Amino acid sequence: MMNALIFVEHSDGKVSDATIEMAVLAAGAGLTCKGVICARDASEIEELSTQLHVFETLIAVTDVSLTNYNPASALIALEAVVSSIAPDVVMISYSTAGVDLGAALAIKTGREMVGYVSELTVNGDEISVASQIYGGKLIARTKISGPSVLAVMPGAAKPDAGAKTSAAPVVQMMQVDLSATRIRVKEVVAPDTSGLDLTKSEKIFCVGRALGGAEKLEIAQAFAESLGADLAGSRPVIDAGWMPKVHQVGKSGTKVKPKLYLMAGVSGAPEHLEGMADSELIIALNSDEQAPIFNKAHFGAVCDMFEVMPALKQRLQSGS
Amino acid sequence: MHIVTILRLNPVLTDEIELTDDGTDIDREWIGVELNPLDDQALEQAVLLKEQTGAKVTAIACEAEGGEKLLKTALARGVDDVLLIRLEQDEDAPAPSSRARMPLLVDVISKLSVDLVLTGVLSTDDLYGELAPQLAAELGWPQASAISDVKLEAEFVTVRQEYAGGVASYLEMDLPAVIGLQTAATPPRYLPGSKLRDFLSLQVPEQDPTVNFANDLSGQTLLELPDTSGGAEMIEGSAEEIAGRIHEILSERGLV
Repeated sequence: MMNALIFVEHSDGKVSDATIEMAVLAAGAGLTCKGVICARDASEIEELSTQLHVFETLIAVTDVSLTNYNPASALIALEAVVSSIAPDVVMISYSTAGVDLGAALAIKTGREMVGYVSELTVNGDEISVASQIYGGKLIARTKISGPSVLAVMPGAAKPDAGAKTSAAPVVQMMQVDLSATRIRVKEVVAPDTSGLDLTKSEKIFCVGRALGGAEKLEIAQAFAESLGADLAGSRPVIDAGWMPKVHQVGKSGTKVKPKLYLMAGVSGAPEHLEGMADSELIIALNSDEQAPIFNKAHFGAVCDMFEVMPALKQRLQSGS
Repeated sequence: MHIVTILRLNPVLTDEIELTDDGTDIDREWIGVELNPLDDQALEQAVLLKEQTGAKVTAIACEAEGGEKLLKTALARGVDDVLLIRLEQDEDAPAPSSRARMPLLVDVISKLSVDLVLTGVLSTDDLYGELAPQLAAELGWPQASAISDVKLEAEFVTVRQEYAGGVASYLEMDLPAVIGLQTAATPPRYLPGSKLRDFLSLQVPEQDPTVNFANDLSGQTLLELPDTSGGAEMIEGSAEEIAGRIHEILSERGLV
């Protein structure tokens, strides 16, 4: 039976949902799994292991440089563990840490690498994966026959579908010399909640790059107000400086779950879906009929957002 | 201080995407290309660092077609030097992945006495791994991705790394280092056509690759368009009719 080593991500004492999802995905494909975890000390490992019943074995590396996520220290630790136990597959979430570590680990350990993985099957010695690429507009199906690293999309499996073992995992401590790390964590910054908090919004109107420019924001804001919604933006809108970061929904922004998520001109890249896919009602307006958001939304329309927004605004204001 | 920024061309994702008959690549005959938006952020950040510290900035592209104009744009945006690694490639062949191109870039960077490499955190076709961490792993340099703020000092660089949920941290990285940039300190600057025209007649320095592409799994990959049958219920009609149906949906659910 092939085996997988899964990188455990955690923050503020909580193991990420994506970690559990990867264990569920791997077990569902018939892989035996171990977890690998980096933390400050043994007591932190002991606390975190109570959330890791999906693993029978947890390999732990501790060091003061691992008190907070440190890309250089984590890579040294992970490379040492992978070189030591030589798993068939290393699985890592497609998060900031996953981007830092997945491709680098593949180079350091001479493995194949596939990213954006959303499906996984195993046939004998061969692994087949499906990945969402080109912003979710295409599916890539790849067959892998050698040692590999997979970067797995959050949401690839349901975390509560995991068959939990009855006991906390057996922890195997591994000594790794991290004195050569060349990155130092100077400060950790908490989310800015002083103004808009999209996690509390019941209705969100999100605009994407197709908005066209900051000068169009006034139209979007007025429409959002008529809907009683908070205005949000996808990553390109924030990167272009049209809206402050606090309005960003997605992988590098806020994760939201409103009653209504109405979106206009947002293509629906996996990084955006990660932040809003659990919304109760998703309605998407986009001029591109191939926009991947139409695979996720409950309702969609191929249209010009600047024609539909005023028409809908009028109905919202008149109540009919 | 010498900064290298790496620029890549990406298919325009708002164009209609079709696949080649054998399903190994997108049909590139009619699709447009553009500077990877995240490399655009990296270019802007590199020029900002030049303006703040006097560092020299070199932009590098590794393309079969379109690299010259890309690099002339970078010159017009303020970089000091450019270099095109000219790929000789069958026009029907799939574009090489970031993993495949990585050794060509490592070869050039290792000969240029570079202190800092800035490139976009990802490219939408990075199926076999993102560029920045691969470059750093091969060069043996520290790397951090999803970066939104960069402060350059003599011995190190301090960056802001972004995580899910709005959490961030400030990292101090020894130089030389590689950064996968998410967002520049200010949005990419507007480039007037007249300024670009000043650079269009310049000859872009080129060199042929001196090392081979790395192997990746492109030979074991097939592409397909997603199955949309289980997707959204599509609303057809004029803008008025679409607005009417959306209003109806919202009313039925007590959302207006």
